[in-house]
Amino acid sequence: MGRLEGSHILHGHKGRVWNVAWHPEGHLLASCGEDKTIRIWGRDGQKWVCKTCLSDGHSRTIRAVSWSACGKFLASASFDGTTSVWTYTKGDYDCIMSLEGHENEVKSSAWSHSGQYFATCGRDKTVWVWEVAEDNEYECAAVLFNHAQDVKKVAWQPGRDILASCSYDDSIKMFREDGTEWVQCANLTSHTSTVWSIAFNGSGDRMASSSDDLTVKIWQEYPPGNAQGIETPDNIPAWKCVCTLSGYHSRTVYDISWCPLSGRIATACGDDKIRVFQESPESDHDAPTFELEGTADGHTQDVNAVAWNPKEVGLLASASDDGTVRLWCAK
Amino acid sequence: ENSQEVPARGCCQDEIKPSATKSGCCQDNSDGKFDSKGIYELIRNIMDPEHPLTLEALNVVNEADVKVYNEREVMVLFTPTIPHCSMATMIGLAIRVRLLRTLPPTFKVTVRISPGTHVSEHPINKQLADKERVAAAMENRNLLAVIEQCLTFEE
Repeated sequence: MGRLEGSHILHGHKGRVWNVAWHPEGHLLASCGEDKTIRIWGRDGQKWVCKTCLSDGHSRTIRAVSWSACGKFLASASFDGTTSVWTYTKGDYDCIMSLEGHENEVKSSAWSHSGQYFATCGRDKTVWVWEVAEDNEYECAAVLFNHAQDVKKVAWQPGRDILASCSYDDSIKMFREDGTEWVQCANLTSHTSTVWSIAFNGSGDRMASSSDDLTVKIWQEYPPGNAQGIETPDNIPAWKCVCTLSGYHSRTVYDISWCPLSGRIATACGDDKIRVFQESPESDHDAPTFELEGTADGHTQDVNAVAWNPKEVGLLASASDDGTVRLWCAK
Repeated sequence: ENSQEVPARGCCQDEIKPSATKSGCCQDNSDGKFDSKGIYELIRNIMDPEHPLTLEALNVVNEADVKVYNEREVMVLFTPTIPHCSMATMIGLAIRVRLLRTLPPTFKVTVRISPGTHVSEHPINKQLADKERVAAAMENRNLLAVIEQCLTFEE
């Protein structure tokens, strides 16, 4: 039986902390919140300390932060309607770009793993795909109006330039480039309330989603010609819900993170708890079973975000309404 | 505009601080526990956005529809005056904001429309339950001004 042990409590934010994101090298953690700041945390001996506080980028709540796959850029999405791109030069983080276009709150942003594309989404129900040119110019490649309500999160499939988004309209949609257009290639509609977050596994053939319906769902990709005989119209991979985890969460599940190293899934819940799930050893690939490996109490209010460190197995970061960022070790 | 020092979250943490609601901030009753009666006291004098009357006077809230579970979860049902009331979301927000400001931050607050009393019951309940939308609304100065108006009353 695994355990989740609290290892560090990072104080600094004033008020709700909305999101945390690990640098791809795992040595830095970015966090953001309603105090309109981004904090970047790193090790100092045995301790974790705030290395930098960026407080001049946004005029309203900063909802989410994300790093580019190369680690050179950090993006911040804000309720002020803009997304800022920061880069580290000469000992300091500079805002090199402020992307405008969304009508109001931007809720999430993400770089594709190739670094060629960047995506944002927001309350205006749209998903924007930006093409990143070599000179760091961001050009809008598509504005996608497929969702019927605000879009909560965007995530790119590892290894491919496929974009997934989840929404207040209870659905998850996927998009791919088709010639010069971006088109919807999947519409997953099994959740019965807002889908707050989505996360791919390391290889990108599975995705987990977390929802206000108190469940977590595991989705699996079936490529054309799959051995299971799942139909793939137009030779586009099909996604199927292969597992639903219900009965574990007593309030909204705000975030989910799938560890690329260990395969563990962590969830952030409105019941102040963090839960860690692991696929059972005897699990059937096409009807997998996941077991609750551990639960962490510690936060005193809603947990808004969880993120597994991409380099250090078992190191998990979380963000909460209680104003803290916490680090945990899964044993 | 972009102030670097933001007041700590918990009570009275919004950018525009209401003087009238401040006095009751974070005060428990003597044994440190909130019961339905105590929580009803916090919301009964909220003013209706459209009429110069309290939610209690309009029968929008009543004590029987305030429930407390596990000493830290509160559920408030409110009844719009008419099934097409265009102010239902605003009233729900005002109740939510009042409770978020006055109850300890560890409280879980749920505000919903009494079943069957409004034509848009489900979408309004969903909106009131979405804390991201509530947070964004509280950063909207026009909306916040209306809420403050509802919450300006004598203790």
